[in-house]
Amino acid sequence: MTKKGIIKDINGPIVTIILPGVANGEQVKIGELGLYGEVISLQGSEALVQIYESTEMVRPGEPVEGLSHPLSVELGPGLMGGIFDGVQRPLEKMFLQAGDQIPRGLSPDSLDRESQWTFTPTESLEPNTQVSGGIQLGSVQETESVLHRILVPPDVSGELIEIAPQGDYSLDQTIAQVKTANGEIRRLKLFHRWPVRQPRPYQHRDHSSEPLITGQRILDTFFPLLKGGKGAVPGPFGAGKTMVQHQVARWSNADIVIYVGCGERGNELVDVLDSFPDLKDPYTGRSLMERTLLVANTSNMPVVAREASIYVGITIAEYYRDQGHDVVMLADSTSRWAEALREVSGRLGQMPVEEGYPAYLASRLSAFYERAGRVETHDCGKGSVSLIGAVSPPGGDFSEPVTSHTKEIIQTFWALSKELADARHYPAIDWVDSFSADVSTAAAWWHEQVDRNWEKRRGQALSMLARDAELSRIVNLVGPEALSSAQRWILEGAALIKEGVLQQSALDPVDTFSSPEKQFLLLDTLLTIYDQGADLIELGVPVQELSNLPILAKLRRCKEVYDSDQLDQLRAFREQAIKSFESIRSEYAQRGEQTS
Amino acid sequence: MSAKEYRTVSSAQGGLLTVSQVPGIAFGDRVEVRDSQGRKRNGQVIRSSSIEVLIQVFEGTDHLDLESTWVRFLDTPLEISLSPEILGRVFDGLGEPKDGRPPVVSRLHRGINANAFNPAARTYPKEFIQTGISTIDGLNSLVRGQKLPIFSASGLPHNRLAAQIVRQAKLPDEESHFSIVFAAMGVSYSDARFFQEEFASSGVLGNVVMFINMADDPPVERLTLPRMALTAAEYLAFDLDRHVLVVMTDMTHYAEALREVATAKGDVPARKGYPGYLYSDLTEIYERSGRIKDRHGSITLVPVLSMPSDDITHPIPDLTGYITEGQIVLSRELHNQGVYPPVHISPSLSRLMKDGIGKDFTREDHPHVSNQLYALYARALETRNLASIIGADELSARDQRYLEFADAFEKRFVAQGEDEDRSIVETLNLAWELLSLLPTTALTRVTETEMAKYHRHAGSELQQPEQKEPLA
Repeated sequence: MTKKGIIKDINGPIVTIILPGVANGEQVKIGELGLYGEVISLQGSEALVQIYESTEMVRPGEPVEGLSHPLSVELGPGLMGGIFDGVQRPLEKMFLQAGDQIPRGLSPDSLDRESQWTFTPTESLEPNTQVSGGIQLGSVQETESVLHRILVPPDVSGELIEIAPQGDYSLDQTIAQVKTANGEIRRLKLFHRWPVRQPRPYQHRDHSSEPLITGQRILDTFFPLLKGGKGAVPGPFGAGKTMVQHQVARWSNADIVIYVGCGERGNELVDVLDSFPDLKDPYTGRSLMERTLLVANTSNMPVVAREASIYVGITIAEYYRDQGHDVVMLADSTSRWAEALREVSGRLGQMPVEEGYPAYLASRLSAFYERAGRVETHDCGKGSVSLIGAVSPPGGDFSEPVTSHTKEIIQTFWALSKELADARHYPAIDWVDSFSADVSTAAAWWHEQVDRNWEKRRGQALSMLARDAELSRIVNLVGPEALSSAQRWILEGAALIKEGVLQQSALDPVDTFSSPEKQFLLLDTLLTIYDQGADLIELGVPVQELSNLPILAKLRRCKEVYDSDQLDQLRAFREQAIKSFESIRSEYAQRGEQTS
Repeated sequence: MSAKEYRTVSSAQGGLLTVSQVPGIAFGDRVEVRDSQGRKRNGQVIRSSSIEVLIQVFEGTDHLDLESTWVRFLDTPLEISLSPEILGRVFDGLGEPKDGRPPVVSRLHRGINANAFNPAARTYPKEFIQTGISTIDGLNSLVRGQKLPIFSASGLPHNRLAAQIVRQAKLPDEESHFSIVFAAMGVSYSDARFFQEEFASSGVLGNVVMFINMADDPPVERLTLPRMALTAAEYLAFDLDRHVLVVMTDMTHYAEALREVATAKGDVPARKGYPGYLYSDLTEIYERSGRIKDRHGSITLVPVLSMPSDDITHPIPDLTGYITEGQIVLSRELHNQGVYPPVHISPSLSRLMKDGIGKDFTREDHPHVSNQLYALYARALETRNLASIIGADELSARDQRYLEFADAFEKRFVAQGEDEDRSIVETLNLAWELLSLLPTTALTRVTETEMAKYHRHAGSELQQPEQKEPLA
């Protein structure tokens, strides 16, 4: 039984309809074209609807149909490797069906109904037992690297009457039947639907204890993000936000990566689509695309679907989390999402507060970020969603509403700097403005897994960089001659850290990924050399002589010479560098004896 | 097509007409308005309800009266007629001829608000375009299908630079030239004439479609003009398999027209009075560039915009930079020193460069050379700042070399003649000439193999570089 009504008023993407009995949040189909939209407010028999597609040439008086369900996503095998739009329409299928441009009113199934999946039921699960949301019915090997666990949907519980034997099933076939408390029989399939604006339930929250390893030195070593943590990457245009997000998507040690291109460039998504299938996951050796899903609402797609896109992404992320996976979701960019909110609220004539944004911006943002976290699932142990949002502050001004609200919510802040990017220092993450609230938790992991000196060395490097900033100000005022030798050696040391550790080329096949062991070894080597140099300077060696040593240029290049599995060679080189400094020491010691 | 005509105008203000008692009018419908003297104006439905319809009149609502104004709904969205005949023609913002010749007759009409390209239909732009300009080819390479704007400011030679790109752009080793779509919004007569003469003198006029809205034409037409132009570009690229270079000038006038219209409609302003949807609106234009799977043609977009008060954080350049794949920024300082083209290297960027250059595309050393020049120039500018405080004589020998490098870089690499068409190999060789002003130890972004091959003093200096230098 569908509800029918008519269109009353069209104001861009906001349409007023007359449809008695429609609910707030309900999906509606409007006009001859059958455009999809979502009810955002009700007044008597009238409802305001935001439409996900362009309303050009839609007329008052055209028919409207209520669909009786909120905006939902299909969750089941076939998601991985796919690219979907902001309301989970499968873009590749639409390209085959409809060509280069996305026509209006097209709504193919999100998941392919034809494909067959090999379902293996959970052995211990017998009919006539009680099941509830989150219980694992069985599993499907979705891709070589992703085991997809088929769970009882969160809103189903009761007595398991029947479960299908191992075999090949399509998504429309029933794989289990559950009799609920009120006697209703629920037929469960390999997929189910879930409303995107409603966080998926879990057993309870768990502490995050392990850092997410991204293979990026400045992120992992200096500003770590935990699995299940919340991070933000703000930066003006051209500072490399997207590149940082791409690098995390490529190299992080997550089981699943959900990349939401929210109001960004079409070509950036094409870049992911083109390059990921050929890139190997450093942990499994399989193609990266096997564990990646893209949600693409490019900037020129209708703005209302952009608002929905990050909810679609996070709901899919939660679904894989419930299966016990570590999921990373990247939202590029949350500013575009906030602007979509602003645009819709402006059309509704709501009172703007800061820079035209509606008053509910802060609460929507924090509710969204709160969907990240590490949780205990029903029977698969732990799962996590780490959420990293890019922020695009207008004019690079971090005091604007979206950046400042985000900063209050997140734990890890990777601030990008225009000055660094202009000097082609990539990733252009500013070590002064960035922070991580989880260094001590990360330290416990590093100390156990890599080296007990991690926190000490990290602190030493950061304080050297801070000293460098201070001294550079003096140099800019009165020139380098005003500094003592020891101070000039600090400048050299900081330059060594900047070029040898902090700068990391995403385009260099060796440098693009650094294992935690390599990260620490590089840092420790450079700091050891720095310490040795500082001793020599105390002995009276001129700083000029040290900074001209060819070995320093070689140390800067170490990162791109030795791969993460060539650490023995890196260690050998380290010994060589230490020796060449020691030989200077003995030379000076001799000279000192002769003169005295 | 039966068009409905009404005389039920109930209000007229700020360029907007309200018409009552007109049921079932489509949102976005094209409208013809006739005043008491029978003169026609154009308009478009911007809000439609069963009670009344709101129309935006392109030529404004001055001198319209409520009693004798007729409104005719054409029952069609804004469209453009397309055929190969459009090459060599000049149109206005509504697609009407502006060159005194008859309209283009064709069965093919397309709505100017195209649906978004499916990202799954796109292919990643990779083919290097040689513009013959060192600062672009060497440091901010343009590729086919890219959108790369020129950020300029009043009084800077952005038009000359755009014209030079149009003249010289080609794929290396290929003689085929681009078809050009030229969209001018709110330009002065002299600017419009400059481009027309440029196209005529370089003999490409028959390969150019021009859309021109002069500074004294209706501002609302500035909003439809780029969409007309891009619909024409899409036709040339994806129906006729041509490589199209779209030059748009000046996007600032476009955004100002948008603000004017938004204010009249009573939209909530965001920054500097621009509507909150300025970003979405600009992307509808910029994102129409690109390459499509299995299509031979491409659309490369070079919009020109002037930064109000030279401010790159102003909403127009700021939002543009967030959408486009890089930007070429012009500098008043270099211009005042007589450097043409005055490309300000530090904030300039091409995001698609990484996949279009290097081995198999330009030359294997290109990525590193570009990176190295950027890093050195940034360092050299710091040194120059220092020299302005403590005096150049106080600098170390090494720093003095940086100063020399900065001067040589600006005078020889950045600066070039307006007719000088440097090949990418010439540009790279010139870059190495400049890099050779510095000792090899200062070059950390290029590999040792590249240094051995291209650095003038490689080998001789590789060991102990600065020891032999005389102290300053």
